[in-house]
Amino acid sequence: MNSTRAQTNPESSALPTPQTQRAVAAALVAWKDAPGALLPILHALQDAIGHIPPDALPLIAHGLNLSRAEVHGVVSFYHYFRTRPAGKHIVYLCRAEACQSMGARALEAHAKRSLGVDFHETSADGAVTLEPVYCLGNCACAPSLLVDGQLHGRVDAAAFDALIQTLGVHA
Amino acid sequence: MSTDVYVSRDASALAVGAEATARAIATEAENRGIDMRIIRNGSRGMFWLEPLVEIVAPAGRIAYGPVRASDVPGLFDAGFVDGNAHALRLGAIEQNAFFSKQERLTFARVGVTDPLSTQDYEAHGGLRGMRRALGMGSADIVREVTESGLRGRGGAAFPAGIKWQTVQDTKSTQKYIVCNADEGDSGTFSDRMLMEGDPFVLIEGMTIAALAVGADRGYIYLRCEYPHAHAALKQAIASAYAAGWLGADVHGSGKRFDLEVRLGAGAYICGEETSLLESLEGRRGQIRFKPPLPAIKGLFGQPTVVNNVITFASVPIVLDKGAAFYRDFGLGRSRGTLPLQLAGNLKYCGLVEKAFGLTLRELLYDYGGGSATGRPIRAVQVGGPLGAYLPESQFDTPIDYEAFAAIGAMLGHGGIVAFDDSVDMAEQARFAMEFCAVESCGKCTPCRIGSTRGVEVIDRIIADKSRAGIDRGKNLALLSDLCDTLRHGSLCALGGLAPDPVRSAVQYFPEDFAPRTIA
Repeated sequence: MNSTRAQTNPESSALPTPQTQRAVAAALVAWKDAPGALLPILHALQDAIGHIPPDALPLIAHGLNLSRAEVHGVVSFYHYFRTRPAGKHIVYLCRAEACQSMGARALEAHAKRSLGVDFHETSADGAVTLEPVYCLGNCACAPSLLVDGQLHGRVDAAAFDALIQTLGVHA
Repeated sequence: MSTDVYVSRDASALAVGAEATARAIATEAENRGIDMRIIRNGSRGMFWLEPLVEIVAPAGRIAYGPVRASDVPGLFDAGFVDGNAHALRLGAIEQNAFFSKQERLTFARVGVTDPLSTQDYEAHGGLRGMRRALGMGSADIVREVTESGLRGRGGAAFPAGIKWQTVQDTKSTQKYIVCNADEGDSGTFSDRMLMEGDPFVLIEGMTIAALAVGADRGYIYLRCEYPHAHAALKQAIASAYAAGWLGADVHGSGKRFDLEVRLGAGAYICGEETSLLESLEGRRGQIRFKPPLPAIKGLFGQPTVVNNVITFASVPIVLDKGAAFYRDFGLGRSRGTLPLQLAGNLKYCGLVEKAFGLTLRELLYDYGGGSATGRPIRAVQVGGPLGAYLPESQFDTPIDYEAFAAIGAMLGHGGIVAFDDSVDMAEQARFAMEFCAVESCGKCTPCRIGSTRGVEVIDRIIADKSRAGIDRGKNLALLSDLCDTLRHGSLCALGGLAPDPVRSAVQYFPEDFAPRTIA
């Protein structure tokens, strides 16, 4: 990509933070020579710092000999990759049909109301980000949540509140 | 003497407290000075009984469930170590009606063995298919799979042997085996259960495929919503390498096969095989035109076998027992067994592996026990979010690919989601369009834009219900027209089939789209 043009873009005018540089460098070392390396690199980066910061894109693009547009296109295509930091905990709430049949629509409404957020938003105290998910494969024990890698089944409003309370304690 | 206890490590069992139960058993055993080995197995697939605990007592393997952590001291008091009576005692799982009527071929070991023990795997029939395959020519392996009648279990039901034959016949120095583990359909969890409960059978099936078509590299494309399956697969692959089941000289054959798990990133469309390949190559998961078929030009442009988890996992039993054994199960052109998944609003949710041919009604009532809420079952969605909603009048349809196609439905990956009579079918139709809008890869305009327009039209129909429905006919005609455009103007099943749940909702449940009658 043309460097002078890139510098006119306000997003790229800031140098990547040292944290971003380290995380991208580590991901590139681990994956650069693997076929189809981009998704594993993005996963490694998000695992390391919680999201894919915009200042990482030129570094990844350079490392893989891709255009920045190509990297941006991939990051923005996949729901799981986030470009902004999340709260301390991410609550993935299943919206899919099996969960709906057991009350997920009511649970979704309750979650949004009690956290004071819509999907993709973080509660005011910064503790919880609420994300929709379309199936966690826990359809026999619906409705389902995935919180910090832990799956929860048969979640009703009371169970949701109890769970959020424990997150608050550990936040 | 040490006593063996089984507590599941299946994600759904963990979701309802299996970890706490296992910990409570360990603590209680220690406090009482009882020598006990806790084995974390897969799930038996009877989820209303999870956390299920099975103890190897003098009389055999005795199950108790559902066992909460707080139940554990009482179980010890009652002498469950000897399989004694307790309110939660279920007896032998094999004699439970939900389990005993099943025909578990692909799931033979799931819930029985320690999924991460190579010794357990071999002791329970693992590698028998592989050993037979190693003594056969590659053409004979493919013929065996073709003659078994095994069709792709991911949903499209394409004959696996024919796909393998195409890859085998295509000349190339590099071929790939790709497992589609992007199990995104709501109401399905058989891939997840298998990967967590018997990952070696998937590895064995993929390795047999590699030997058959001459591939030396494989990928399991796993959805990132399955962290437990990811951990199980990574551990199993490492053990398989250590045992010489993967790597430079698989099972001493002199052939190389390397296998790796790659994670998706929350895109339903990547369950479509060409999107999956794009994603594996590091791009947006946009679907490809076909032809060329992936069997001829697949991953990185090379001939590639792409099959679902259950398809690969069914190959070892086909090779072990022979094509005729497998083909003798089932009916018509649907041969073998299908792991069906009972989900949503049912009393007994779980996995039922059974030969094709039983009816939806048998599954819903004989196995599923009717609705969980005790209300009448009003609608059933089979085959995931793109499957039709079926009313009671269709419940006698047999589980058979062609029988479902004949009523405008699909069996798909075998997920069955039941709804009771509190469901609003206009809302379900709206969700189908909304889901399509969220998950469309964007390649085809009817799917990308049409799905959003579909949500809007259904919103107007819903709003119209409270104002006498004056525009109802107009909007329903528009919706039907839009559904036609999606069906005929989309390259893949997402845009092509998203109209099915919408149309079936309108067709079978028209009252939910009609104006409310004023009492």
